[in-house]
Amino acid sequence: MIGNIAAGLYGVGVTPSTSSYESIATVTVGAGGQSTISFTSISSTYKHLQIRGILRGTGSVADYNTTTLTFNSDTAANYSIHGLQGTGSSAGAYGTANTSNIDCGTLTGNSNTANAFGVTVIDILDYASTSKYKTVRSLTGQDSNNTYGIVQFLSGSWRSTSAITSITLKASSGTPNFNQYSQFALYGIKD
Amino acid sequence: MAATYEPIATTTLGSSANTVTFSSISGSYTDIVAVCSVKATTGSDEVLRSQVNGDTGSNYSYTYVQGVSAGAQSGRASNTSLILTQAGNLAIPEGASTFAPYVVQYMNYSNTNTFKTILSRGAGVNQAGASVSLWRSTSAITSIRFYIAAGNFDTGSTFTLYGIKAA
Repeated sequence: MIGNIAAGLYGVGVTPSTSSYESIATVTVGAGGQSTISFTSISSTYKHLQIRGILRGTGSVADYNTTTLTFNSDTAANYSIHGLQGTGSSAGAYGTANTSNIDCGTLTGNSNTANAFGVTVIDILDYASTSKYKTVRSLTGQDSNNTYGIVQFLSGSWRSTSAITSITLKASSGTPNFNQYSQFALYGIKD
Repeated sequence: MAATYEPIATTTLGSSANTVTFSSISGSYTDIVAVCSVKATTGSDEVLRSQVNGDTGSNYSYTYVQGVSAGAQSGRASNTSLILTQAGNLAIPEGASTFAPYVVQYMNYSNTNTFKTILSRGAGVNQAGASVSLWRSTSAITSIRFYIAAGNFDTGSTFTLYGIKAA
């Protein structure tokens, strides 16, 4: 008879791994919302960065908006983006050159299902390299138990060989603020 | 110093089984990441499914995108009884030595102010994709079940939970 397996939990005697994946900073949005999230003075001691977040906007949007990021206060047309996405009704792709920011997360609108948040995992590889342009990879999505679902593979490029020392996240135009309980956590990965 | 990203529990099947459940999950982390390598028993034709906290009701929904030889596809479902961790309805591999990888992220799993959104990506022999699922509950997730609707996970399939702790 095929049965079920109850997984065993690690107990005493299992040593936690040493710290090659470290939490750098976390921002949790309070009541009233927040227009931008910034991580500044980022140390160059890591090899890669990862941002993990849950996202909801304050605007009266019935479906979702996009969260964008910029590096080192650069808001000029020094970025490019691509995406592969599914909305349930269709699968598609897009790309834009010479943009002023990088798409990095799906932001659930405030007129969408209550308590539902978009989520995102953003990887920034070799962020401190001074010989490479910077590439961002994001996996993001939101589902609201209605017609408004989306899951996206996103990529972006920042055409700069400067080390990244700051990251600014914003909701796209039309949804001014991140809503309460939205959260962005920045992690550093060592090699 | 406590690890930020640490293993919580793992199971490697020594014999085939329909379900693997992780219980009594601590609420001390920010996110839970499940890394799975799975194969179905011969004759199975099923996807990797998940439920949380023993909830078998229609309290879930999902949207997926996948790439197959025929092109890119997307679909979604509302008021379902499962978290879809593999894009679409394509089967977990059944070949002799072919195991498919999945990474399933239970974001902010212990947050009691929000519903729970689960982000996953997987790949099989002939497809790759991602899905996002919603569990409409503000309860903290304390147990995670992986299961296959028909047939079983084969011997050697592995399921590992990791906890990520934000500052």
